[in-house]
Parts: sequence; C-alpha cells; structure tokens
Amino acid sequence: MSWFKRATKGIKPQTKKEMPELWLKCEPCGEIIYKKKLEENSHVCNKCGFHFRIQSADYIRYLLDDGQFDEFNANISSVDFLKFKATKKYSDQLKAAVKKTGHNDAIRTGFGKMFGHEVVMSIMDFSFIGGSMGSVVGEKIARAADEALNRKLPLIIISASGGARMMEGAISLMQLAKTSARLAKLSENGLPFISIVTDPTTGGVTASYAMLGDVILAEPGALIGFAGPRVIKQTIGQDLPDGFQRAEFQLKHGFVDAVVPRDEMKEKIRDVLEFCSDGAQSSLPNGELSNEEVEKLAAIDLPLAGDLDQEQSN
Amino acid sequence: MSEYTLEFEKPIVELERKIREMREYSQSENVEIADELKTLEQKAEKLRKDIYSKLTRWQRLQVARHPQRPYSRDYIERIADSFVEMHGDRAFGDDPAIIAGIGKVGDRKVAIIGHQKGRTTKQKLHRNFGMPHPEGYRKALRVMKLAEKFKRPIICLLDTPGAFPGIGAEERGQAEAIARNLFEMTRLRVPIVVIVIGEGASGGALGIGIGDRVLMMENTWYSVISPEGCAAILWRDSTKAEQAAEAMKVTAHDLLELGVVDKAITEPLGGAHHNYDESARVLKEHIIAELDELQTLEPEQLVEARMEKYDAMGFFNE
Ligand SMILES: [Zn+2]
Repeated sequence: MSWFKRATKGIKPQTKKEMPELWLKCEPCGEIIYKKKLEENSHVCNKCGFHFRIQSADYIRYLLDDGQFDEFNANISSVDFLKFKATKKYSDQLKAAVKKTGHNDAIRTGFGKMFGHEVVMSIMDFSFIGGSMGSVVGEKIARAADEALNRKLPLIIISASGGARMMEGAISLMQLAKTSARLAKLSENGLPFISIVTDPTTGGVTASYAMLGDVILAEPGALIGFAGPRVIKQTIGQDLPDGFQRAEFQLKHGFVDAVVPRDEMKEKIRDVLEFCSDGAQSSLPNGELSNEEVEKLAAIDLPLAGDLDQEQSN
Repeated sequence: MSEYTLEFEKPIVELERKIREMREYSQSENVEIADELKTLEQKAEKLRKDIYSKLTRWQRLQVARHPQRPYSRDYIERIADSFVEMHGDRAFGDDPAIIAGIGKVGDRKVAIIGHQKGRTTKQKLHRNFGMPHPEGYRKALRVMKLAEKFKRPIICLLDTPGAFPGIGAEERGQAEAIARNLFEMTRLRVPIVVIVIGEGASGGALGIGIGDRVLMMENTWYSVISPEGCAAILWRDSTKAEQAAEAMKVTAHDLLELGVVDKAITEPLGGAHHNYDESARVLKEHIIAELDELQTLEPEQLVEARMEKYDAMGFFNE
C-alpha cells in the first residue's frame, strides 16, 4: 500500500484526458485512485468507502466462483415497436447502448456458483440506457425465474436502474406486473429470491422485483427509492434531508434487511443461501453438486476469500 | 353541466350558445324559427361527433383530466346497490386518495377499490389530487385480501396522476407498497376487473391495476409516466408533453392495439362528464359481463391465466 500512496503524490495527472485511462477520482472525498487498485478493492474507495458504480462483468468477477457465469438468453434484444422518438430515436439509442456496453440490453441472466451453491444470477447494467426496464428486462427476468423454478435454484437479482423504459410506453409499465407475477409463483413454490440493490435503483424496478426479495441487501450509499429526488424536490418545493433515499435511510425505515459492503456481499449471500437451502437442498435434483460437495467447496473457498481480504487491507 | 370548456370544444360551445340565444329570442318575440333551430341543433350534434371522432391523444388526455369528469365515488354511487367504505391500512393511517370497500352490484357481492380525486379545492387537498401514499396501497390490499377470503370478485377503478412523490411516501415505502400489491394481486384467487376511468399514471395506477380483465373508458390515458414527466426527462422540456403523449401512445385505442387492455368502453358523446348516469350504466354493463365470464373459471385457472396474460406483454427480438 505504501508504494501506492507515494505514487499518488508523485504523479499528478498532466491533462484531463489522461485521467480516465489510469486514474479515477472519488467524487465524495476527492481521492485520486489508481484504477487497477480500485478494481482490486471491489471498486470501493479505500479512503472513504464510496462504492463506485460497476458493470455486470465486475459483479460476475466479485460474486461468482471463479468468475464463471453461464449466461442464457443473451441474444434477446429490444425492438422499437412504438417508433419512439424524443430528442433521439429509441432505435438509435439502442444501437448506441449495445455498442457502448457490448450487451444486448440492461440485464444479463445466467447460472453461476457462490461458494459452491448453484444460483440463477441476474445482473443489471446501469450503463445500458440507465438500466431501464423494457420488454427485454421483463422477459429475461421472467425466464430467469422459470429457470430457478424448474431447476429448484435460488434466484438472485442485482438491480441498478432508473426505472421503466419510457420509450416502450405502457408495455414497459407492464413489465412490473410480469416480473412480479413470476416472482410470486417462485415464492409460492418455496424458492428463495434474494434482491441486491445497488446505486441507483428507482422507479419501476424498485416498485417491483427490487423490493420483493425474501431478503433484500443493499450496497452502502446506494440511492433507492420510488420517485427520483429531483421529482420529489420539485413537487414539495423544499430541500431533501441529508442521506434521503440512501441505503442507510432504507435500512432505518425498514425496507432493506442489511446494508452490506461490496467485499462482504458474497459471504452474506452465502449465509442467506445456506439458511434457505437447508430444507430445500434435498429438492435440488438438477444441481450438479451434492450437499456434501457443496459444503466441501464452501470450506475450501472460505479461507481463500479471507486471504484475499487480508491482501487488500495490507 | 360543464362550465369548463376545453379548447377543441369551443366551436361546439359557441354554436350551442347561439342556439340558446335564438331560442330565447323566438320565445320572447314569439317568432317561429323551429326549422332553423332544428337545423342548427343537428349541426351542433354533427360537429360534436366530428370533433370527438377525431380527437388527438393530447385532446383525449384533456378529457380524461376534465374537472367535471366523473370520479370513482360518482361511479360507485351509481353502480353499487350498497357500499361499506373501509378505512386504514392497520399500520399507519388512512389514505383518502384511495377508496376501498365492500358492497353489492346488483345481486353480486364485490369489493370495490378506486383512486379518488377531489372536486373542490378543499376536496382536492383532502384527496391529495388522487395521488396515493403507501398506506393507500396497503389499505387496498387489505380489502382485496378480504375479498379473497370470502371469494368475492374485485373491481378496481384507476384514476390517478401518479403515486405521490414526497418525503413521507418514501419513508413509508411507496415502492414496496406498490411492489407488494403487484406480487399479491397476480396470485389472488378471485376475479379482478380493472377499469381505467380517467388517468392511469404509471406504478401509481398499476398498484391497484392488475386484473383478469383490464378495460379503458374511451377518453382516458394509461402509460408508464405522465406525458409531462416524460417530456421533462426525454425532451428536457415539460412543454413538450403533447409530443410525449403522441410518442408513448397513451390512449385506449393504442393500448388495445398493444394488447395491454382488453376493451375500450364507449363514453357518451362529448365525454363521460356530459352524462354521469349513462357513463355509469355502460360501465356497470361491462363489469357485469366480464364478471359473468370470469365466474366460470376455477381459482387455479384464473391465476394461471392472469400470469399468462402478463407474460405475453412485451416485444423483443430473439
Ligand atoms: Zn473516496
């Protein structure tokens, strides 16, 4: 770590252009952080603990065993069925977002393992049109819930979204209903759904699956709410209190179960999975691992994760 | 009845004023102009038909927001033979922006839930302009669960400019309250008939809007956000609301085409506010017809069909 601090002081970015390449500024505390170091620290500022927004690929790396993600339905893509045009055409926005992110829409779904527990993992990308939920997000979540149901696996959704996708009109609103219906069926069948809420999660996604987890875990500082702060401020004509709609606010008001730092998230999820799968474990006929194997793997992975933590805090 | 005139109605109102003046003149001066009057009245009728058959999406939205438009209570008074209003979510308080209760429509025992707007300034404030807080959605769910317990169908009337965006609403979990309703409503083991009677704005409407049948009155709108909100975000200019309404395609006709709603209910000529009784009669007729059909289904079939209905919504490439 010491070499790093020296380096920060010694090297001052010469131009603004140079900065995004190797260095990132932590907005809340002003710390200039070496990008590689930030990645090693789960994209969390080592000075103030600020959680940078990250992509689905990062979550796959941080949360899934060996970063292994067996993605399904990746080829489903959006269509501009309303021929929607505001200042930009929706069809152009879609093209640009696909190009920018390398993904077909704002969510990726697939199988993965967490300390050996097989799960259906769904991860939203805020960088894809603000993580907005249109037909594709709705369909992929519905199918992910189906996979979880058919294979008797836990479902995890990591949300990051500004809400429903206006460019799909009422159809985007109906995705709230579609996803909630699937989750209700999943729940009726005794399968666990863990909702992970990250910065920001607002609007239609909060008003559907993000708030429907059997267990809801939030990343520190994440903005979580129904209406956006700007709309609320305009409506009531007064300033909003500090920390309004942040994860800690939601914890205080009873709408998330825990605020969990990113580098502890995987272990926290494992603890929840273990609680939920104890009874349901026997009904994992299609899972590749037996209980024994799962436990063995968990035992192997645990110290390893601990080692990594130590390395990072050195 | 209506003193409030919409811009596009002005030619009709103008013509009607002329007819009224002529009639008064003929009476006071004892002049026989019955033929002329009749011609003019026919002309007015035709004009109204013409105008109302060609309303733009934006104009329909104006009708949906007409200050004399019938609200949930106006319909409930006319379609229910008895109604016991229920109050409170048993946790925080009562929300006057949603009315919920149990009663009878003809000989059918039903639960009725609806957004409620106010007419006078005082009432508007009391009803918070029809914008519910979380306790409104929770009250609604409580009454829906009661209906399920006693195997009674549920009727939901949607008419809201949106769930309220405020500090208290967020503190008490506006998003959770709506999400919970969606989750529960998709699995309720009794028939649900939903009718958009005015404004159907976003999650605030959908929060009591999951149904086996979803109908829209002819002059209503329903979408993911209000046109003003959409314009403010996507155009960065809330005065572009008209374009936003056109782009999002928010009318009953649009939503029928998209498969979001099952039927559009024809309103009296000139809009529901021209004839409350007739509007309520037609609404009741539709509700009863839908309930008759749904009654034949077993609870399991009902729930499965409801999920399939929402599953089918969405357009994508694969
Ligand atoms: Zn920092």
